[in-house]
Amino acid sequence: MLESKAGVLFVAGIGFFALAFLSNALVPALMYRDLPELTVEQLVRNNGNLRFQFEDLARRFPDSFTKAYGKPPEGVGEREKWLDEKTQEALRAGHKVYVGEACWHCHSQFVRPVSNEDRRFGPVSKTEEYQNELQRPVLFGTRRVGPDLCREGGRRSNDWHAVHFFKPSTLSPGSPMPEYPWLFDGSPDKPNAKGLALMTYVQWLGSWLESYPYYEDYKAAPLPGDEPAKGANP
Amino acid sequence: MEKEHPRHADLVDEKLVYWHFMAALIFMGASMLGGLLMSLQLLRINPLNGIELLSPGRWRMIHTNAIAYGFIANAFLGVLQWVVPRLTLRPCYNPRLPGLNLNLSWAIFWAWQLVVGATAVGILLGQAQALEWGETPVWIDPVAQLGLLLVAINYIPPIAKVEGPLYVSLWYFLSAFVWTFLTYAMGNFMPQYFVTGTAAGAVGGLFIHDLVGLFVTPLGWGLMYYFVPILLKKPIWSHGLSLVGFWGIAFFYPLQGIHHFLYTPIPMFLQYGAVISTIAVELVVATVIFNFHATLRGTTGALTTNLPIRWFYTGMFFYFLTCLQCAFQTTLTFQQLIHFSDWVVGHAHMVMFGVFAMWQLGMMTYLIPRLLKTPWYSQRLLEFHFWSSFIGIFVMAADLITLGVFQGLSWSSLMPWEHSVDISIPFWAIRAVAGVLMIFGYLAFMYNIVMTYLASRPSHQEAAVAAA
Repeated sequence: MLESKAGVLFVAGIGFFALAFLSNALVPALMYRDLPELTVEQLVRNNGNLRFQFEDLARRFPDSFTKAYGKPPEGVGEREKWLDEKTQEALRAGHKVYVGEACWHCHSQFVRPVSNEDRRFGPVSKTEEYQNELQRPVLFGTRRVGPDLCREGGRRSNDWHAVHFFKPSTLSPGSPMPEYPWLFDGSPDKPNAKGLALMTYVQWLGSWLESYPYYEDYKAAPLPGDEPAKGANP
Repeated sequence: MEKEHPRHADLVDEKLVYWHFMAALIFMGASMLGGLLMSLQLLRINPLNGIELLSPGRWRMIHTNAIAYGFIANAFLGVLQWVVPRLTLRPCYNPRLPGLNLNLSWAIFWAWQLVVGATAVGILLGQAQALEWGETPVWIDPVAQLGLLLVAINYIPPIAKVEGPLYVSLWYFLSAFVWTFLTYAMGNFMPQYFVTGTAAGAVGGLFIHDLVGLFVTPLGWGLMYYFVPILLKKPIWSHGLSLVGFWGIAFFYPLQGIHHFLYTPIPMFLQYGAVISTIAVELVVATVIFNFHATLRGTTGALTTNLPIRWFYTGMFFYFLTCLQCAFQTTLTFQQLIHFSDWVVGHAHMVMFGVFAMWQLGMMTYLIPRLLKTPWYSQRLLEFHFWSSFIGIFVMAADLITLGVFQGLSWSSLMPWEHSVDISIPFWAIRAVAGVLMIFGYLAFMYNIVMTYLASRPSHQEAAVAAA
């Protein structure tokens, strides 16, 4: 068997591979099969933190926001639905930018229970947090040139992120992070659709936690269209 | 009654071997350029600043994908076109493809260049898949999968026709063709379409690991079992140890994927299992290394006189180092400190360049003059290529592994994040210099190939005579 074609092909080639696949891939998949995988729609629904951030983008960058998403409808119910849809759209697009620019090669998305990481970043990561559409494939990450980002949402303002994406060294002197001017129309106060989407995505990270921080108090303020914002959970 | 053996010319398409090597080396150039740009970015120098398509994050993916799929895969496909037919005394399956005016081997060649080229374009356009070593955009994955199927269809038949027990190399090749196909299918489709979150992480870890362990490693060792006895003109020291090596690696290697994601929410018993099988495989690797060094015994002088042998054994030296390192670094104790640090980057470079690229460059050093039927243009340039590559990778790996420890200590001591970047700068500078040294070696090799190629052309020789 050890030197025969059939032995090599069926035992080593297929058998050992199948054994490893069973124990290392199917076992965790089966163990977590009861945890529902959330869609982006479910992630956005009732997520007041994320909604706040998205509305905040509309307030801080009204022209850019209108250019990227148009004006919200007049009626309250329609506006709710519209904001939900646009937040979903931004979250999906932001995830695409995050993956395409390979942000995840320098920023991890999981807090380990060792090395004081919970003191630096926040609560240790749990399985449930990864059971959603935006973790296909999962963004655990591989290297930390920059800090972990899975608790990044809410820590810094959208203004900070805009300036930082445009030219990181302005806010973090000595940072080796590349500049991303193509997320803007020429200056940091004019993020384009991709820039707004990426900021939505980054502010979403950790938004599902009780401990989501606010860099400033949440205040409802008019959106483009002059109606008071609704829908953000206090 | 002596059966007449087929002739070399009927078995091996030398032109194809040569072109696979050239494609491999071109992609190696692209990969090195990407690595250089990324290392400069870490030093906050970006000559291409503000150009979306040439962003450092995208270059970094070109760097890894070009070396894995462009260089290593091409070089393997080329050298296997030489080795498999000569070892089995049968040509590859290689049917003529109706309508394409190509045979299967050449069709695979072109298809593979198309896959790697399309991957590069897709990545530069920002369409990467969030899977390490599998950033190939999702729309290319099925094409690459088909390519791997064709590879298996082309190379397995001559092995399948061998009667009686197979030689060691063929065990490795046969299983590698199956494993590569299965690994690629599992890694690229499962975490994208079938599982999510933590389970996808387990599959992703398995994919990264199997890509090295079940595609690159078995093909690499299979080729070592072929070339080393030929070059040293004696058999491998112990056939029994080769059996231990093959079956040990085949059993333990695939069980380790999860060691890439220790301390994640993946269940702890699976993490322990991965750690234990990693330590187990190190013991197996020790038997393989011992076997090869026992084979070398008595002919150690070949290391100075025979350049391909020197490449091969230097690669084995690095292989032993990386596997020894693995047995320690996958323990939970080490992971606390070094996970997410440049230690891992140093380890990856030592494996991909220090072991497998070294072996393949050694094979090219051996085969290219045979393919061109012309001696190397310059032996000194070959020596330069070896030494600059060896010193370059040694310095780079040592530098990054040391740096990883400092980064880990900086993070766990809760110093401000900037501190970990500041202490990295001198190490990153040394890494860039080491990389430049490797690039110089590469350029010397390319120049040497061009000059050898020019000397191999009869028209050129005639022109030289006429000019004189």
